[in-house]
Amino acid sequence: MADFKKADLLDMYYDMVLIRRFEERCAQLYQEGKIGGFLHLYIGQEATGVGAVRAIRKEDHIFTAYRDHGIAIARGLDINALMAEMLGKVTGVSKGKGGSMHLASREHNFWGGYAIVGGHLPLAAGVALRARYMEEDFGVLCLMGDGATNIGYFHESLDLSAVWDLPVVWLVENNQYGMGTAVKRASGVEEIVKKAQAYGMKEGPRCDGMDVIATYEAVKEAMEYARKNGPVLMEALTYRFVGHSMGDPERYRTKDEVRQYSEEDPIGKFGAYIKSKKKGTDAELAELDQKAAEAIEAAVQFAEESPDPTFESLFEDVYVD
Amino acid sequence: MRNITLIDAVREAMDEELARDQRVFITGEDVGRRGGVFRATMGLYEKYGPDRIVDSPLAELSIVAIGIGAAMAGLRPICEIQFADFIHPAMNQIMNEAAKMYYRSNGAWPVPMTIRAPYGGGISGGLYHSQSVEALFAHIPGLKVVIPSTPYDAKGLLKSAVRDPNPVLFFEPKKGYRAIKGDIPDDDYTVPIGPVNVTKVGTDLTVYAYGMMAYYTLQAAQIVEQQDGISVEVVDVRTLLPVDRTGILTSFKKTGKALIVYEDNLTMGYGAEIAAILASDGFEYMDGPIRRLAGPDVPGVPYSHPVQEAFMPSPQKIADAIRDLAAY
Repeated sequence: MADFKKADLLDMYYDMVLIRRFEERCAQLYQEGKIGGFLHLYIGQEATGVGAVRAIRKEDHIFTAYRDHGIAIARGLDINALMAEMLGKVTGVSKGKGGSMHLASREHNFWGGYAIVGGHLPLAAGVALRARYMEEDFGVLCLMGDGATNIGYFHESLDLSAVWDLPVVWLVENNQYGMGTAVKRASGVEEIVKKAQAYGMKEGPRCDGMDVIATYEAVKEAMEYARKNGPVLMEALTYRFVGHSMGDPERYRTKDEVRQYSEEDPIGKFGAYIKSKKKGTDAELAELDQKAAEAIEAAVQFAEESPDPTFESLFEDVYVD
Repeated sequence: MRNITLIDAVREAMDEELARDQRVFITGEDVGRRGGVFRATMGLYEKYGPDRIVDSPLAELSIVAIGIGAAMAGLRPICEIQFADFIHPAMNQIMNEAAKMYYRSNGAWPVPMTIRAPYGGGISGGLYHSQSVEALFAHIPGLKVVIPSTPYDAKGLLKSAVRDPNPVLFFEPKKGYRAIKGDIPDDDYTVPIGPVNVTKVGTDLTVYAYGMMAYYTLQAAQIVEQQDGISVEVVDVRTLLPVDRTGILTSFKKTGKALIVYEDNLTMGYGAEIAAILASDGFEYMDGPIRRLAGPDVPGVPYSHPVQEAFMPSPQKIADAIRDLAAY
């Protein structure tokens, strides 16, 4: 196991708490009608996002699907601009054009959340092609849900990435349901990493996506491999504690199942780990909890006080002049 | 000055752009060793090597989508779709990613790519090798749609497409690949994407057409001029999107009569948009009905020669339609 400094551990803990508070606050704002449309929360999956994103370098690139808030926060996008985007404000990361599912930031090499399931996979391969074409040393981390591994994009993208040895880590966030359909009801193989064999691609691990350190180490190793040799398909086994999106009646799983997983809360587990390693105290963790709560409240205030986009913005950035 | 075919013009354009800009590369099915099914890329693999003339799997979705990603990352891909009929697996990527990326990223990620595809009927290709798909893409803001009808335009417009910072769909009339010849200068030149082109000046009526139909229309215009004394103005709508409304209206203001010719199915075809522009913005100049001559509303271009001919507009059919409209 990597030797984590105290500050790194506490940073990761803070990010996970920040994501949790952000998502809880978004749920409230949605119920108040301040966030519209569709809202997919990352609650329960924080260890996967934080572990994976922390494991790659600044010069590496990230694509993800529509459950993207946690990834954006872990990548260090400004929390105020993220919350403003949720409220559709001009100060948002996508100037209010994108909303929850389309967060992105060029300066962070974060190419965004994508709302068409699987649609971002070949784009990630395209960005990775640049690394090979220009002989640049970067890799692409492409996250997707388990459901995305059954759509045609997955097949073409993984195949091509293998043929051209593209430096991509295909990371399946396996939260066990594609919306309301369990993995085994949608995929011929339940162990999704086995699909790597169809492409002659390196089969990566199925890491514990509820464990931030385990995810970090697995993704770090996969990315180092991918940059040198070519693509890796790996899974992080995780679970979302809330519905697919707001208003999901969750008829496809039992309350017992959700309760059992929730008892294994990745944040609580990680806090206990930090204390057991003597890298932090209850007081220090409580201070971080408090700091995250305050940051989110400030972000909400910033977002609410921000102006709406102008009418003219409707016609901006259609074509490059 | 040299006299070359349309397909040679396409190849020369790519050759020169590959030489000019290291970021330019070509990918598609059999574009490399084989030189392309229509030989558009013949010789380029030998000249530029496998890293720049890249054979892809038989997978249109990823040919286009990897091009989009590469373009977002700063390269200049030319993606070849072997036949326009095969482009539909990539539809989501073109419509939802290429067209929207610059908009959704508020200018952070332009998509400077070219998608080339041969289109159109008249070559006995049957149902899946004859289609015209331009109207589907001309409906999508964020894209540019270009169709040349001469070697001069094919070369000049394709070079513009490769240099354009936006995603450009470049549809080539495959029946004209070797049938259409024309003069091109020896020096480097481009033709701007955007403006329509008056390829023949006339006074009695205007015919709007693009691609193979623009070529046929010039033949038809000669026939009616010689046989019937009708003076036809021909407007080659070589850029379909963005729409050159001003250019389209200019000729109509002069002649007051319009025939629009396209080989796509009639209903909801590109001619409907031209007709709407003329009707709404050219009403006071109108001197007759706005007419369209197009493929019939059937699901495909049939294979059998006589039925295919029944489907396709031809110089003779265009001449007849011109006579009808002139007599109105």
